[in-house]
Amino acid sequence: MSERILYRFPGGFHPEQHKNESNAKPIRRAAMPAQLVIPLKQHIGATAEAVVNVGERVLRNQRLAKADGYVSAPIHAPTSGLVRAIEEHDVPHPSGLRAACIVLEPDGLDEALQAFEPWPDFGEIAPLLLRERVREAGIVGLGGAVFPSAVKLAGTPGTAIHTVLLNGAECEPYISCDDRVMRERAEEVLRGGQILMHVVGAGKCLVGVEDNKPEAIAALRAAALKLADPRFEIVAIPTIYPSGAEKLLIHVLTGQKISRETRVTERGFLGNNVATAAAIYRAVVLGEPLTRRVVTLTGSGLNAPGNWDAPLGMLASDLIAQAGGYQPDVARLVFGGPMGGFALASDEVPLTKAANCFLVLAAPDAPVEPLPMPCIRCGKCAEGCPVELQPQQMLWDARAGDFERAEKQDSLFECIECGICSAVCPSHIPLVQYFRYAKTEIWQREREHEKSSVARDRFEFRNTRIERDKQEREAMLAQKRAQLAAQKAAEPVAAEAAVDDKQRAILDAMARAKARKEALQAEKTAASEDAAHE
Amino acid sequence: MRFPTLASPHIAPNNDVSRLMKQVLLALIPGTLAAIYFFGWGVLLNILLTVAAGLLTEAVMLALRHRPLKPFLSDGSVLVTAWLLAVCLPPLAPWWLPVVGISFALVFAKHLYGGLGYNLFNPAMVGYAVLLVSFPKEMTQWGLPQGVAAQALGFVDSAMYVFSGHLPAGVAWDGLSGATPLNVYKTDLGQGAAWSSIQQHSVFSSLGGVGWEWVALGWLLGGVWMLWQRVITWRIPVSMLLSFTLLTLAFYLYDPTHFASPLFHLLSGGAMLGAFFIATDPVSSATTARGQLIYGAGIGVLVFVIRGFAGFPDGVAFAVLLMNIAAPLIDHYTPARPFGRKKHE
Repeated sequence: MSERILYRFPGGFHPEQHKNESNAKPIRRAAMPAQLVIPLKQHIGATAEAVVNVGERVLRNQRLAKADGYVSAPIHAPTSGLVRAIEEHDVPHPSGLRAACIVLEPDGLDEALQAFEPWPDFGEIAPLLLRERVREAGIVGLGGAVFPSAVKLAGTPGTAIHTVLLNGAECEPYISCDDRVMRERAEEVLRGGQILMHVVGAGKCLVGVEDNKPEAIAALRAAALKLADPRFEIVAIPTIYPSGAEKLLIHVLTGQKISRETRVTERGFLGNNVATAAAIYRAVVLGEPLTRRVVTLTGSGLNAPGNWDAPLGMLASDLIAQAGGYQPDVARLVFGGPMGGFALASDEVPLTKAANCFLVLAAPDAPVEPLPMPCIRCGKCAEGCPVELQPQQMLWDARAGDFERAEKQDSLFECIECGICSAVCPSHIPLVQYFRYAKTEIWQREREHEKSSVARDRFEFRNTRIERDKQEREAMLAQKRAQLAAQKAAEPVAAEAAVDDKQRAILDAMARAKARKEALQAEKTAASEDAAHE
Repeated sequence: MRFPTLASPHIAPNNDVSRLMKQVLLALIPGTLAAIYFFGWGVLLNILLTVAAGLLTEAVMLALRHRPLKPFLSDGSVLVTAWLLAVCLPPLAPWWLPVVGISFALVFAKHLYGGLGYNLFNPAMVGYAVLLVSFPKEMTQWGLPQGVAAQALGFVDSAMYVFSGHLPAGVAWDGLSGATPLNVYKTDLGQGAAWSSIQQHSVFSSLGGVGWEWVALGWLLGGVWMLWQRVITWRIPVSMLLSFTLLTLAFYLYDPTHFASPLFHLLSGGAMLGAFFIATDPVSSATTARGQLIYGAGIGVLVFVIRGFAGFPDGVAFAVLLMNIAAPLIDHYTPARPFGRKKHE
């Protein structure tokens, strides 16, 4: 195999890795807790709809909630037990949001039902059925984006997928769950890749792994050799944050730069996280829905960091107890990695499909926000920006409230919120926070604009309707008047012969014409106003 | 358990403004040492005076603007401004000249615009330009370099002169001061002398001016170190020096009797200091990658035009100030071209 030429994306950042704290020990299976709190929304898209009732006993792999619409995903029970409640509960969200969750009390029996027929010979199964299986198994992107995988698999109509990309970059510091999955379940990952290639008809599968994970790379290469599948290419890429961002990874591997407006499937790529590929393998070959995931528990605030294979819905506090509990000087709990993750207010939040890491930092590693100094436009942020933005300019826009300039001139929405600008800023300005704020403001304004234009449309339509009714009524009245006039005109003929026939005929014709004209006019106005509102 | 929720990223900051400023100060040392060696203790006195007056002015302005003193006084930005202004001033200038210069720079060019990060113009250059226009006599009394001057003053005698204007017995001002190479070049050329004969003047040497060339090389050394340390990026210094060199070279080749060589131009006056320390001031320069190339090239062109065709012997300060005005416009017309976006999308 010839060496692949790798490309360097713009900017980037070399944070301290902190991988060794958690990546040394094998994945451990978490003990089943006394309670699982399973959110109905663990994915991008519509919240799933519960299909079980409070008090019902459910079995492992049983569907608890069904997908609500195309971009949505069902939820399944990680073990057997009783549905205790369906209620609002704290979920991992930056604003400390509460959301609907199914509270399941495990009964310790872990009785399972066979959710789906196992398809060990997936090569014989039609791609459409496999895609349906991925949907039914509730599989979403496990790298953290949690986009429903089946939707991705549909690709872009009219564009063939030539390459399946398995993303094992895991560029965030501290996190090692993908590393352990690749080391211990390399074959599952690659078999998942084979399923993906089969579904989309791709002839190639690239696996990109940062070169700080040599064991994972070796394991994947050994598995590829074992599978004797020449379509796989395991590529060690340089360790530079954020190489795991899909479009940046494609650039590293192929040199292609795909802009924000273009979907990667439009360029013939289908990207999936390695853990997602393994989950797809289990759903297809073993017939198992997604009910568990591997999560990294790490950081200086924990006694025994490592990786756990845990049921979805397990509370972070229960997980942390399994990792030996907190150090006395624990100061912060982060959902995700230190660069892109967000701090949680409470550890009473459940493990979700998105949860690749709970990072627990002790006081010395949890910097308190330093006093931000003024921006001196040194450009360190622009140097680090992997998508070639000018964060220092966007900061001025955001602070000035000039959101239009931020969007149009400085391309705010291209920002992938990787956090490099904030991390390298010598003035310690929380740039990403400003950009999130600006984006939210723009969305808010768009919504308000939409709302107000809907209201305006409604108001105008009401006016039109009133006007039309009025005109119709007038037209009717005019017609009646004309009829009456005609009758009146007809009556006197008998009584008085003074009005001659000719004059009567003219009057009649005029009345008829007037009525017709008015009716026509009314119809026309109504029609044209209707058209204006379509 | 409850936790405080702070904004990401959750890693300790690895850089700060005062560290950047300290690196700039460190980079100023080689050039400054060369300047002290060739032009005497007056250079050091200038630095001490601008720094002291600068810190005082800054403190007063911060207090007036109800800003916290400690973070802004310790960020090092005043030291950089003061130091840069000081090394542009004639050594042995009367004490009030640096004091007036730095005070004006900080009050009018920095704080009235909103303080650190908000100034439209480079404060040190505003201070310099104001002094040059207001006190032309004091501003053109340069000391003669070591080796050319008939006499030299010790530190105490220098301080005496700066504060009282009295020279020790037996020392004549004429033995200490003289025209700078750029001044000689300008006046002699104006009188119709050829470049080759101007070069025979005692303040000229094989590369540039006596002493000046070493000072310039000192700034170059500091500048390259800043590039290596990634305190500054290459775009502004390289584009400025390139446009300046190309223009001087073109005119030198066209008419070597009336135009000095590019080497002389590069190694005299404020060209090197300007390229690495002044034009690169991030606050007042263009900030986009393409914008910085235009900005730097513009300064190079203006320095050449001012030196060659305007009334002042050197043009770095005015060139920088003029391009400062243009910086926001340049930034506006050179917006970011995000990842994967084609040229005209």
